[in-house]
Amino acid sequence: MKAGVVTFPGSNCDEDLAYALSLSGFEVSSLWHKDSPDLSEFKLVVLPGGFSYGDYLRTGAMAAVSPIMQSVKQFAGQGGLVLGICNGLQILCEAGLLPGALVRNNSLKFICKDVALNVEDTNNPWTSHLKKNDTLIYPIAHGDGRYVTDEPSYNAMKEKGQILLTYKNNPNGSAHDIAGLCNETKNVFGLMPHPERATDLRSQDGKKIWSSILNSLKEKSA
Amino acid sequence: MKARIHVFLKDGVFDPQGNTVAGSLQSMGFKKVKGIRMGKVIDLELANETQDEARREVQKMCEQLLVNSVIESYKLEILA
Repeated sequence: MKAGVVTFPGSNCDEDLAYALSLSGFEVSSLWHKDSPDLSEFKLVVLPGGFSYGDYLRTGAMAAVSPIMQSVKQFAGQGGLVLGICNGLQILCEAGLLPGALVRNNSLKFICKDVALNVEDTNNPWTSHLKKNDTLIYPIAHGDGRYVTDEPSYNAMKEKGQILLTYKNNPNGSAHDIAGLCNETKNVFGLMPHPERATDLRSQDGKKIWSSILNSLKEKSA
Repeated sequence: MKARIHVFLKDGVFDPQGNTVAGSLQSMGFKKVKGIRMGKVIDLELANETQDEARREVQKMCEQLLVNSVIESYKLEILA
């Protein structure tokens, strides 16, 4: 299974992601923000955490208009699996591939710690091998992790099973404790916590997401 | 030609920065402070010939990059 990991100027989780995905059985290639290649050879494209373009203007704003995102949008439009972690989620929201936006934590503090997450929905490629209300322990490391959306959009997302992960103890003021969400067609998923940092050290709960993705892809191609 | 954009978080999006600064002012004795919303100002220098053209282009820039309409609102001034 081929996976592509995008590197933007200021990405700092790209190597960790490549490592975690390789451990889980993916064949990983790196993708450069200035290129806009055809991504159809990939089964999964991942936008990593970090501080793309210095997080100037708004987190993820400039990465969202970089050349590689034209390819990512096309890939997502064709049903390809796109995952965004931390800054990757911020980029997906800025690019309009996911609803809502991420703003400064309520506390104004950068928060770096392990958090407990609740699995809200499993009818999707990302959490299909978990059970509803399972607990995952992942680290978070962000200053702008407060997810914002309006009530009508929240209700629509809830009804369509787009909210996949919530915080058990909301660390940043996110609306309805949202920690991870997907689009309507469920092929684009973004989360603030870092599964790649919970793959071979301390918590290994990250593996549960990687194996869900792998199994979903295998079932699809079978 | 110059343009100035004022960007603010929309009403209803909590502004922790404004809230914290308001709290400080109140504790300093400025008891009449009821609330603060903090935004940002973006100044542009443009080579456009007419104000109308400049306004149209800056509006596009706001829609496509400078402002995120999910969370922010803006006010645009064209300065001669």
